[in-house]
Amino acid sequence: MELLTLPFMQRALAAAMIIGLAAPALGIYLVQRRLSLIGDGIGHVALTGVGLGLLTGNEPVLSAIVVATIGAVGVELVRERGRTSGDLALAMLFYGGIAGGVLLVGLSDGSGNSSLMQYLFGSPLTTSATDLMVIGGLGVTVLAAMLFFRPALFALCNDEEYARVSGLPVRTLNILLAVTTAVTVTIAMRTVGLLLVSALMVVPVAAAQQLTRGFVSTMTVAMLIGVGAAGAGVLVSAEADTAPGATTVLLALGVFVATAVTASIRHRLRRPQTPQTTSEPPDVVLHA
Amino acid sequence: MSVVEVSHLAAGYDGREILRDVSLDVAAGDVVAILGANGSGKSTLIRTILGLVPSRGGAIELFGTPQKRFRQWARIGYVPQRLGAGSGVPATVGEVVASGRLARRGVFRFPGSNDRAAVRDALTAVGLLDRIDDPVTTLSGGQQQRTLIARALAGKPDLLVLDEPNAGVDAASQEAFAAALTRFAGDGGTILLVLHELGPLRPLIGRAVVVHDGRIAYEGTPPEPAGHHAEPDHEHLHPHAEELKAGICEWAPTEGTKAY
Repeated sequence: MELLTLPFMQRALAAAMIIGLAAPALGIYLVQRRLSLIGDGIGHVALTGVGLGLLTGNEPVLSAIVVATIGAVGVELVRERGRTSGDLALAMLFYGGIAGGVLLVGLSDGSGNSSLMQYLFGSPLTTSATDLMVIGGLGVTVLAAMLFFRPALFALCNDEEYARVSGLPVRTLNILLAVTTAVTVTIAMRTVGLLLVSALMVVPVAAAQQLTRGFVSTMTVAMLIGVGAAGAGVLVSAEADTAPGATTVLLALGVFVATAVTASIRHRLRRPQTPQTTSEPPDVVLHA
Repeated sequence: MSVVEVSHLAAGYDGREILRDVSLDVAAGDVVAILGANGSGKSTLIRTILGLVPSRGGAIELFGTPQKRFRQWARIGYVPQRLGAGSGVPATVGEVVASGRLARRGVFRFPGSNDRAAVRDALTAVGLLDRIDDPVTTLSGGQQQRTLIARALAGKPDLLVLDEPNAGVDAASQEAFAAALTRFAGDGGTILLVLHELGPLRPLIGRAVVVHDGRIAYEGTPPEPAGHHAEPDHEHLHPHAEELKAGICEWAPTEGTKAY
């Protein structure tokens, strides 16, 4: 544990834990809305932003946030129109994003390949003090927005038409989700990398909902699993010399398997006691 | 005063016209049922009134304000046909019903004790208070429907708009929400509901509007129950109202036949 006295280790751990809290807090809305893969897509788009930043000598995180936000809002506008071609439009955007990113990173400097790997799969140990400030500031903002607007975002993701008839600012809330997705993806690329960031949004939620009965409890448990997996991921990977992003994701998946098994055992034990619910009458009765 | 006033409305989706020249006036305290076969446009009519389907012509006024400029959405409680398909993220009955308070409270305020009291009152009204902490997915279809009615009632609206609230619902639930709606109407509330059969709600309905092929085919007193789908104790002695048969279906499968 003397690892924890090292400043770069402390920064890595702090950044990972902020993301471990913020990613599931946002991810639960995406899962509720059946957009579990959107974070993955936005991650692809963010890579173009990284490439642009490296090529122009700007901070890659900032240019990634800008490009990812534009991409996320674009995806939201396509989704809002509800066109059947939306699916294909998203695929084009995502592949364009990653191809553009790989191309631009390659053009930017001599060590293209290694810096590409950093962004794709994360390198928390290289988190600088400035990085930590950016991750902390943005992560806490995302977290605060997700908690503060929980009733409205829950209503929106649970039943968008009802939210509309309630007079909620549906489009503004949708854009808020799109922008926070882009921001979360970008700040998480340090810890788990752009290709695995979506896992940290989705897997803790999937694990939590095996055990919980309500939305608030699912969100709370998912955040605990997220922060635990992210923190443990950094520590375990440093001890065992494994890839930190992959370690974090595999730990979260391990929690999912454990909760799923627990839930199924509990379900099986409980089953005999549950009273038979009365079945509903059929809509149509066929008379012989 | 008119709560809902629709004049010469036209509406449709993707270039297909569903409603043509529909006019309807619902006054405060009215209980109006919109009847019609599947695909007649009855659901589209209320969805257009609520702004979920764009209108292509004519005018809609809600509480005397043109719908485009209407902002007092807390005065309207909307009950959709069914709970959205579950995504797997659990939500309790109480959490779903609490969404009904947002129109009144706004996005920027935290729920307070009056919000919690309104949620409990609404659940009491539909007889589901004991299920407040249960996940909605563990409820029967009829209980889920009552949850949606409680969500609408929690906002203390002046107008309830319901889309086929008794489609495929068990008898106990039908009775429970007939009682809740009767109480709401008794307190002076206005109700506009789409139905495919009158069922236990019949005594409550003041006026029926039959939509056929995108137009209003009949407006007046509710038609007599027709066929074996009427009340369980119905003895089927009435002759069918011939002039209405075109507009009212005998029974209606409810899956996948929504009018859009």
